[in-house]
Amino acid sequence: MESLERILTEHPFLENFDPKQIKLLVGCASNVVFKAGEFLFRTGEDADSFYFIRHGKVVIETYLPQKGPIVIKSREAGEVLGWSWLIPPYQWRFDGRAVELTRAIALDGKCLREKCEQDHDLGFDIMKRFAMMIAQRLEATRLQLFDIYGKDTSK
Amino acid sequence: MAKIHPNRTASGTGDPMAIQPFTIRRIRKETHDTFSLELEVSGNNGNFVFTPGQFNMLYVFGVGEVPISISGDPAKKEILVHTTRVVGAVTKAMRSLKVGDSIGVRGPFGKGWPVKAATGNDVVIITGGIGLAPLRPMIYHLLTHREEYGRIVLLYGARTPDEILYGKHLEKWRSRFDLEIHLTVDRATGSWRGNVGVVTSLIRRAPFDPSHCISMVCGPEIMMRFTIVELQRRGVDESKIFLSMERNMKCGIGLCGHCQLGPTFVCKDGPVFCYNELKDQFIKREM
Repeated sequence: MESLERILTEHPFLENFDPKQIKLLVGCASNVVFKAGEFLFRTGEDADSFYFIRHGKVVIETYLPQKGPIVIKSREAGEVLGWSWLIPPYQWRFDGRAVELTRAIALDGKCLREKCEQDHDLGFDIMKRFAMMIAQRLEATRLQLFDIYGKDTSK
Repeated sequence: MAKIHPNRTASGTGDPMAIQPFTIRRIRKETHDTFSLELEVSGNNGNFVFTPGQFNMLYVFGVGEVPISISGDPAKKEILVHTTRVVGAVTKAMRSLKVGDSIGVRGPFGKGWPVKAATGNDVVIITGGIGLAPLRPMIYHLLTHREEYGRIVLLYGARTPDEILYGKHLEKWRSRFDLEIHLTVDRATGSWRGNVGVVTSLIRRAPFDPSHCISMVCGPEIMMRFTIVELQRRGVDESKIFLSMERNMKCGIGLCGHCQLGPTFVCKDGPVFCYNELKDQFIKREM
């Protein structure tokens, strides 16, 4: 069976992460499994975790009365899901729902926040990685908003 | 003014300014606003050879002429396929044509995808919307000569599941073990269970070797711009990135200047360019 330490070390999000700090992360990590249709989190709940998805697919969605759930993005194996644990008030802004059997490593955000406060090198490294991820996702969201395949801009 | 030319002497329609009449053999509705015309290649038209990525000028008699990428299989000599979207008067008139009607063709024009340079490499095809059409001949070519290439990865983004082009082909290709296809839509609708998000977000996890790959990109320019950023983040050299550009092509042979892009003419020097040939113009707002 693969150890959590090895899985985290090999994850692209943690590339070149200090091995000593990986050990700190492992202290906050656990394996989790979600069945298809199961919610990982719901809007407004406390955001005390984030996920390294190892297998399966999760959609980030929001619920609109009269329209039902609207899928905004999907996340799948190899990706990191969730940054609300890092930003006050630490509450999920959207729903996260597994659309197929999903296995992930959950990191306890509360535990990690405390470790980041105690060890600012760890905190800065984590913050830099999440800032990069958030920037890339903001870029992707802007592109999505352009509706680029509409008649006026498409080939 | 172009003239109607009943005979053709070389591959394609010979004289680049001569319009050759072709008979429509089949019309296929692809999505709510895109369709493919399959033209009969026989008789005087019997030797139409093209390179994946090239385009033809299609003339709807009495209405006008538009550049359309060739989207069929280069190995199938008996049919010539073009896929287009209804965007203006000519394509609107084109959609109302019937099987058995004639349409004028000039071409093929321009420089296609780097078929030879891709040999021995992984090939990453990144496309969005109707940008898949000019890449389909390349995919056919890669599959016909599968042993000459490394991994073949197709990343394709569409606006919604209903606007995915060539759905049946994609389904068939997905069942192959030697071609990896990742689809995504900007807006999920209905029972869609696939990826949701822009096509550029698929690049990070796509299985290819950045140091031994050729990437072929076609779609709206803003999509191509963000695609280049992501490919470079993965470590793909700019000399390995090829783009298909679209401008207002008219003559097809670099004379009229309608499709000028900096020092190049898209109709003659493109439509496929290596990114390093184009990068000075590519990000300029006025271009």
